[in-house]
Amino acid sequence: MFSYYLRLAWISILRHWGLSLLMVCAIGLGIGAAMTTVTVNYLMSADPIPEKSQQLYYVQLDSWDVNDPFDDGLNPPDQLTFTDSSNLMRAKKAFRQNVQAQAFGVIEPNDPEMLPLIVNGRANSADFFPMFNVPFIYGSGWSNESDESKEFVVVLSKETNDKLFGGENSVGKAIKLEGNMFRVVGVIDTWQPKPRFYDISTGAFNDSEDIFVPFHLIADEKISRSGNTNCWKPSGDGFKAFLASECIWTQFWVELKTEQDKADYQQFLNAYVQEQKQFGRFQRPLDNRLSNVMQWLESQEVVADDAQMMMAMSFMFLIVCLLNTVGLLLAKFLGKAPEIGLRQALGASKSTLFSQYIIESACIGILGGVLGLILAYLGLKGVEGLYGDYMKGLASLDANMAIFAVLLALISTILAGLYPTWRACNIQPAQQLKNQ
Amino acid sequence: MLETGLILRALARNKVGALLIALQIALTMTIMVNAIFMIQDRQQQMQRDSGLDEANTFYLTNTVFAQDYNIQAHLQTDLHTIRNTPGVIDAVQINAIPLSSSGWSMALQHESGEDKDAIGSAIYMVDEHAINSMGLELIAGSNFSQADIELRKDGQSTWPAKTIITKAFAENLYPDDWQSAIGKTVYISQTQPMQIIGVIKALQAPWNGWDGVERSMLVPFQRESKGSYYFIRTEAGRRDELMPIIEKVLAESDKQRIIRRVTTVEDTRLRSYRQHNATNKILSTVIITLTLITGFGIVGLAIFSINRRTKQIGTRRALGATKGQIMRYFMMENFIISAFGNMIGCLGAVALNMWLVHTFSLSPISFELIAFGVVTLFIVGQLAVLYPARKAAMIAPATATRTM
Repeated sequence: MFSYYLRLAWISILRHWGLSLLMVCAIGLGIGAAMTTVTVNYLMSADPIPEKSQQLYYVQLDSWDVNDPFDDGLNPPDQLTFTDSSNLMRAKKAFRQNVQAQAFGVIEPNDPEMLPLIVNGRANSADFFPMFNVPFIYGSGWSNESDESKEFVVVLSKETNDKLFGGENSVGKAIKLEGNMFRVVGVIDTWQPKPRFYDISTGAFNDSEDIFVPFHLIADEKISRSGNTNCWKPSGDGFKAFLASECIWTQFWVELKTEQDKADYQQFLNAYVQEQKQFGRFQRPLDNRLSNVMQWLESQEVVADDAQMMMAMSFMFLIVCLLNTVGLLLAKFLGKAPEIGLRQALGASKSTLFSQYIIESACIGILGGVLGLILAYLGLKGVEGLYGDYMKGLASLDANMAIFAVLLALISTILAGLYPTWRACNIQPAQQLKNQ
Repeated sequence: MLETGLILRALARNKVGALLIALQIALTMTIMVNAIFMIQDRQQQMQRDSGLDEANTFYLTNTVFAQDYNIQAHLQTDLHTIRNTPGVIDAVQINAIPLSSSGWSMALQHESGEDKDAIGSAIYMVDEHAINSMGLELIAGSNFSQADIELRKDGQSTWPAKTIITKAFAENLYPDDWQSAIGKTVYISQTQPMQIIGVIKALQAPWNGWDGVERSMLVPFQRESKGSYYFIRTEAGRRDELMPIIEKVLAESDKQRIIRRVTTVEDTRLRSYRQHNATNKILSTVIITLTLITGFGIVGLAIFSINRRTKQIGTRRALGATKGQIMRYFMMENFIISAFGNMIGCLGAVALNMWLVHTFSLSPISFELIAFGVVTLFIVGQLAVLYPARKAAMIAPATATRTM
């Protein structure tokens, strides 16, 4: 019976091909627009490290001006002072802890023929690599001992290793960075978390770094720092004074295995701030926060306003398209009133008629869904083209999304078809037959 | 107006069909008006004056990597070389580029002290060549003199005694009379006095999304730093020709540094507003497709309702109705439906706008825009129904009798 109805639906779709085309296009456009924006939002709000996003916590301490709160008092400062992150690092109260900042430098290649290379870097602690599950092709990150003995070690990205060493295993080799020799300890495989959750201070969707070096190099002025710096209190002259100042420019992550560990760490933070109050710092009320990865991304509003607005609009767009479809289906089914009357007179029950017309709606829905998928693909290509680097990696359809698109089309078209079908089933056969 | 009553009664018999069109029009209106509003908002942002001579300026980065390097001596040589290149009007060392999204900010306050209110501003560290090199317009006071320029070391926390600020910043500091800013002393870094010696017409900050983007200040510093920008202005039309020349001259004069990112200010503007542009294009596409879908929806439904009423139309024609009357009937019917849809649409547009204002702190929509939406949708509706209505008018009176 199903295949018979399918054939009937097909005949009916072809007979009124203009109208069918209009409906398929409307659904296709609606689904295409909705899927494009849903995909962008879905990828923007994706969990970048699902296996442990519940165990990684970003640390915030309210060290700001007592007269003028940070962020109008809504959130504590988004970074830590060097003093605080160094103290927390030394305390080692978490399973793993990482202090980091952005850095940059110039590499002078060993080959004199090659031009010097400006690289974006990250200065971080040894725990960075195991904490964020960084994948390595060669070697590994450096050890905590290397941090303590202030060794000049470096981890390269795959791209940097390709440039400097032609992609060979460079572990143990030396590179000249900012005039100092560094020993390569590891090369990272392609690694591009989206969003780049471990540091969203200069943009949540930036590329990961070219090189990684120990954090102490910044304090020792062996490498220059970059990234955001925010001060509420003037610092004295020179770099030493800057390090001791209330300027925030470091970020601190901890890995805590259980809820109990988290509670303990929270307690430790509060105790730390209480202790610092004795030195005249932290004059604001206690507001120390531990946010796991998703909480952190949410509090920093990583999903762009534009993307959310577009999604809201595209769903309204889809509704317009569906209203359109309801209207057209209604017109179409009611146009078949004589045929329906005849069939009823010949003994077709309401439920048979109902399934026949719902199948017809579903067929249009599936066709619309397929068209929508193609349009969403083109739409995402367009979005990527228009936004450029900003959207790199945020505009691709995966299987989940494709299934979602077709299901959305199918369900919404069936819903759109319900009322017209119901009307069609309730046609009075006698009335229709009289007119024949 | 006998006809209007007739149409209303006919519509009442087919409520759902009419309601569907009305709802479509209402939603289209809601989306269209808000999308146009968002486009206009972005366009206004993009049209703000950067204050720069954008067509004839470019910049590059100079990154020193050598260890023992006389930064100051090289800076003077570089500036001398660039300024004396034929076709170059002037050049200046600067710490940040307007609209480039990275830069420095400090706040100025009227009184010295830790707990006094201060107003934030972008900081550009430049010498007396800045106004000429960037194409700025000094509208009050005077420029820096060579003697004002101080050398700044990295990490230095003291500031020079003079500054030049933008007119917008002067208006923020002295709301009653911006011109009174000249000669006034303000405080930077909470306690350091600074005298305002000049006001420039405009110069934007590096951050286009900041609400203080019009507030900038020039401070007379030459930086002794391993990384800096050179900002260069050329004679009209010679920028593209001079860019590679200057890059080459600088790169070859000294191998202990890297010259990179030779970029025009126009490109910086494009990159800065790339998201704005992209969003606007997407929104325009949405508006156009949406209007088309609604339009075609009206066509489709009108054709069907006319097909269903072939006999009635034929009868009316047979009873003496003219083609014009038949056409007018359908146009009028669409007009009534549109009016209803537009009414709901106005409410929807305002509601969506209120949500946008609330959630994304957009500004409220203007009445003119709503009026524009209403008129546009009336026109779209009338155009869409034109073809079906003409088809209806063509129905021969005889068809009425044939199937009876």
